[in-house]
Amino acid sequence: MNGMRLRGLIRKEFLQIVRDPSAIAIAVALPIFLLLLFGYGVSLNARRVPLALVAPYSPQAQELLGGFDRSPYFVPHRYATMAAAKSALGRRRVDGIVWLRSDFGRRMLAQGNAGIGVFVNGVDANNAGLLEAYIRGVWLGWLSRQAQDQGSTLSVPVTVEQRIWFNAALRSRNYLVPGLIAIIMTLIGALLTAQVVSREWERGTMEALMATPVSMGDILLSKLIPYFVLGMAGMALSVVMAVWLFAVPLRGSLLVLFSASGLFMLVALGMGLLISTVAKNQFISATIAIVATFLPAFILSGFIFDLNSMPVPIRLLTHIVAARYFVAILQTVFGAGDVWPVVLANAAALCAMAAFFLGLTWRLSRKRLD
Amino acid sequence: MATAALVFKDVEKRFAAGGGRITEALKGLSVEMAAGVITGLLGPDGAGKTTLMRLAAGLLLPDRGQIAVFGHDALSGTRAIPDSIGYMPQRFGLYEDLTVRENLELYADLQGLAPDARSARYDELLAMTALGPFGTRRAGALSGGMKQKLGLACALLRTPRLLLLDEPTVGVDPISRRELWIIIERLAQDGVTVLLSTAYLDEAERCHDLVMLNEGRLLGQANPASFRAPLVGRSFLVRVADGGRRQLQKQLAYRTGVIDAQLQASEVRVILSEGAAPRPEPGETWEPAEPRVEDAFVALLQGSRVQAKREAATIGPGSEPVRLPPGVMIMARDLRRSFGAFEAVKGISFDVSTGEVFGLLGANGAGKTTAFRMLCGLLLPTSGKLSVAGVDMYHAGAAARQRIGYVSQRFVLYGNLSVAQNLQFFAGVYGLGRAALEARLRWAEEEFDLGPYRTVNAGALSVGYKQRLALACALLHDPQILFLDEPTSGVDPLARREFWARINALAHDGVTVMVTTHFMEEAEYCDRLVLMSQGEVLAAGTPPEIRRLAQAPDRPDPTMEDAFIALIAEHEQSIRRAS
Amino acid sequence: MGPRIRALVIKEFLALLRDKVARMTLIVPPLLQLIIFGYAATFNIRDIPYAVYNQDGGAASHELLARFQGSPVFLQRAVLTAERQIAPVIDDKRVLLVIHIGPQFSRDLLAHRPARVQVIIDGRNSNTAALAGNYVNQVVQAFDTEWAAAHGWQVPPAQLVVRSWFNPDLLSRWFIVPGIVGLLTLVVTLLTTGLSVARERESGTFDQLLVTPLASVEILIGKSIPGFVIGLIEATAILAAAVFWFDVPFTGSLWALYLGVFVFLLSGIGIGLMISSISVTQQQGTLGVFLFMVPAVILSGFATPIANMPLAVQYLTYLDPLRYFLVILRGTFLQGDGASVLGSQYAGLAALALASMTLAAWLFRHRMA
Repeated sequence: MNGMRLRGLIRKEFLQIVRDPSAIAIAVALPIFLLLLFGYGVSLNARRVPLALVAPYSPQAQELLGGFDRSPYFVPHRYATMAAAKSALGRRRVDGIVWLRSDFGRRMLAQGNAGIGVFVNGVDANNAGLLEAYIRGVWLGWLSRQAQDQGSTLSVPVTVEQRIWFNAALRSRNYLVPGLIAIIMTLIGALLTAQVVSREWERGTMEALMATPVSMGDILLSKLIPYFVLGMAGMALSVVMAVWLFAVPLRGSLLVLFSASGLFMLVALGMGLLISTVAKNQFISATIAIVATFLPAFILSGFIFDLNSMPVPIRLLTHIVAARYFVAILQTVFGAGDVWPVVLANAAALCAMAAFFLGLTWRLSRKRLD
Repeated sequence: MATAALVFKDVEKRFAAGGGRITEALKGLSVEMAAGVITGLLGPDGAGKTTLMRLAAGLLLPDRGQIAVFGHDALSGTRAIPDSIGYMPQRFGLYEDLTVRENLELYADLQGLAPDARSARYDELLAMTALGPFGTRRAGALSGGMKQKLGLACALLRTPRLLLLDEPTVGVDPISRRELWIIIERLAQDGVTVLLSTAYLDEAERCHDLVMLNEGRLLGQANPASFRAPLVGRSFLVRVADGGRRQLQKQLAYRTGVIDAQLQASEVRVILSEGAAPRPEPGETWEPAEPRVEDAFVALLQGSRVQAKREAATIGPGSEPVRLPPGVMIMARDLRRSFGAFEAVKGISFDVSTGEVFGLLGANGAGKTTAFRMLCGLLLPTSGKLSVAGVDMYHAGAAARQRIGYVSQRFVLYGNLSVAQNLQFFAGVYGLGRAALEARLRWAEEEFDLGPYRTVNAGALSVGYKQRLALACALLHDPQILFLDEPTSGVDPLARREFWARINALAHDGVTVMVTTHFMEEAEYCDRLVLMSQGEVLAAGTPPEIRRLAQAPDRPDPTMEDAFIALIAEHEQSIRRAS
Repeated sequence: MGPRIRALVIKEFLALLRDKVARMTLIVPPLLQLIIFGYAATFNIRDIPYAVYNQDGGAASHELLARFQGSPVFLQRAVLTAERQIAPVIDDKRVLLVIHIGPQFSRDLLAHRPARVQVIIDGRNSNTAALAGNYVNQVVQAFDTEWAAAHGWQVPPAQLVVRSWFNPDLLSRWFIVPGIVGLLTLVVTLLTTGLSVARERESGTFDQLLVTPLASVEILIGKSIPGFVIGLIEATAILAAAVFWFDVPFTGSLWALYLGVFVFLLSGIGIGLMISSISVTQQQGTLGVFLFMVPAVILSGFATPIANMPLAVQYLTYLDPLRYFLVILRGTFLQGDGASVLGSQYAGLAALALASMTLAAWLFRHRMA
């Protein structure tokens, strides 16, 4: 290693980043776009759900249906017949139907046991589950008002008192935006780095570099350092946007957040450099980077989908996905705080992976063309 | 003699060529190169020149044998070796998005040039390469010749003891080439050992020592004088009082005892086989000529290689060429093209007649390629009139494009398709019917000796065969006009000869040929040519007419290269005076 | 098909399939994604790890907890003995939720007094938290109904009878897997077409094509057909995997589905060729495909409903071919839809296909060199 050579290479790398539109696109434009998309666009919280109400007039029915009108979760549409409502459901105009039979009022008064038909469009199972819970909430509210009107209180044997820690309002943004940091750093560390190294092979600049007295260690370090800085800058940008723009609470310390991110960045860079050592062609290295790093970071990291719910073989597979450890740290540091057992265990895994990938790259890199 | 700069002892190097095949690049090569001189590395395509360079630079390891650089074993990994070598690969690794100066800075850092020595060294190198005014320009925006000079400057930052240059002058115009050579010779005077490979054999004359490789083996090593010596008495310049020199060349080529017959200025250069005596026919004047390295090269290789096809190429069976009425085939009037504020072509005009071989010459960045692309219909002129076979190619329909053939720079083909698949594809897109297709494919495989390579991927062919295939693809549909953009760049002298024999035959059959080239001796093959500089036409006419323009008291009989350099220098000077 | 186009199509196929690496990129990534998405992408949670802190020794609390133990959704990880143990098990992610039953629980119930169960849920992943909360409610409600009946509690005057149509067990796999068909078809078409022009431009063969008698439309058709055929084959393979491997029911009209596949492929190819024609180098082509694909997947409604997005973003999704195709896929798979219901989806795709193809053909010749 030699200070002057390394400095020269690093300066070159920075100049290239600044002047290469595709580097800017991956390192700046794409992260901002993704953050905006996830911060504003994507939400797993159901909005006001279009709901069909089919009910002949009766005072009891009006009382219940009024509950749907007042609820912030629904946009009710009245339909005269069940057939019309069903057709609306089939055409995706409404997501669910609440159906009261014509004898609803009578049965309720007479037998105290009337059925409320609820039909939900189960295609989007996640959405359907949420819809069902919202309808249940309206129903319970209606029951307790009914009981109040009769001068008693609704008496159910056991009621659940839910306390949701860390994210009482269940804003999906609070975990999607921090998780996105892992995606963005994967993009910069693995995809972009793999691309720039393959490009040097393709354009013949690597041959010219190798003909100089520069060592392979210098070349590797000169890729590591600038893209490390770039990745950390992307991460800092994401944190700033998360906290100030999307009001995501950050309960842990910045120190832990940045240290863990630095560790993950090393893993991502290790993967990127390894890919470009194996594939000296930009197209192939991009394909490998997307399939081996980007997609797993999206799907197998716990960023969106719950890891515990996956089948055992897939769950085992997630243990070799570096992003899973980082997402765990991110969601904890943002949502809960510096919970040391979580942070340390996952950081240890990241350390091991960084050592593995960087070590393997080092072993495989030779200052030769064949 | 002091320690040899570079010693190869029994070196073997093999590569996996894909599909389980192995290419033997070097087959037990032993050679020594002396220190302090310029050694030229010659040989046809695939001789192993690049492999030798890369082994010397330590970028490859030999499978067997020893390599020593200034007495150090190259395989021991000693630091002394990379520090003493400067290497400029064929495609020099300039960072195109860095400026000229930033590229220099980078390589200065990498070679560990002391900071206080830099400024002076940059100035020196920039002055030497005449790149001074372009210090802040991005390397990607430089012309081909300027890129090569910058690459050389980067390899020279800390004067190496051994400088390896792999085809440093390919695709470089004669002026830049001359400048590069001045730099190289000055280095040699300063004690730098230079090893360079080249396909331009006139350059070989300027080397102190020549190493000739063929198929991974050493074919010979000698200084240019001894290299030429066997040819003394075998080289002649032949002229006839009347009649075309092209006709004469064709006749001479068939004569017994003649190995090679090439146009040279208004004469034909003839090389006789060993022991053959000159046999002038009536009307011919044979004058003994000073032998050149190229003569020796051709004489040496003709023996070891399949006899180059010298029969005139025919358009092939079943396709009588449609004779066009004599007249203008290509017409350009005040043709202009701008890219933003930059005017690449500034109003050029010329006519090309049917059956003519028409050359478009110019320095790198003179606007030839832009003009060429407008003629083929790949680029829309900003203004001006253009007619190719009676139509404007850019707006012309399929029928008009059916009449042209096109061979692009670097012989662009589908690299991962086999030779046969490439031919079938082009036959298909030109709409050849089944019977015609079969016949033409057979013709192409025979005419261009492509038969043995049918199933080889085009990308794996040597440059010479790529060129043949590209030409074959462009000729499948019997075009009336053939566009050739630097069709012989990087091709060895033997392949160039074959190529031009075909072009001459095609022209003879009435095909109009439009060609750009950097080889000035090839300009002689043209019936007429235009010389472009900075987007303008400097001179137009037959080769003798152009040469006459450059006649001067101290230069009574200028070669085409002399004319080229003199005319362009004059033009640039007049521009400078005007501004 | 004219002989010229045929020659071009053959060449395009050879270029795609002759190279081992290129063949691999057509097979391996889709296969991996099918497996990963098919199995890993699920919103159905199970094996939710939980801890119990039961201060009540009575039978009622044991009866309630037994219901959790017997459910496949829940997995008991720990029994806590003090309140201060709650925070650490949640913080450390050892459990997702803690069920806390107070000391009065059984006594209250037996005395006909409403009792409370406190459930503390880790909200770091709010979606999982919400789903887990719903499952807890369901278990407790089932307990309530039985307890009320057995111990003579007053029954609510009206009960909810919930039925879910098209997907009775609310399996998110039924939702995700048809989506994968769309996703992977898009990936394959973009990969085959998105680089085809850029690759030729970079190597210079595109100029060679342009000087041949081929018209822009012929080049467009020639370059579209291989992507179309490969896309169609892969779409069919993935459809078969969805039905026969992942057991997603196909209830609608196959004809309506394939009409959708047809227009969707055309729009995907059009966009791929457009990206490719704008790009000068393969690197730009790869980047363009990637920059299009990521938002196209996110905005398609593949994992998150379009209706949840802000209005401006919802308008943006009209430019996303995947959005229309997902409706067609899920409609024909689960809702039993025929072509008549899906008219507007076909129209959207056809409009995108027409616009992108026209632009691509124009760009072939008019792109500044």
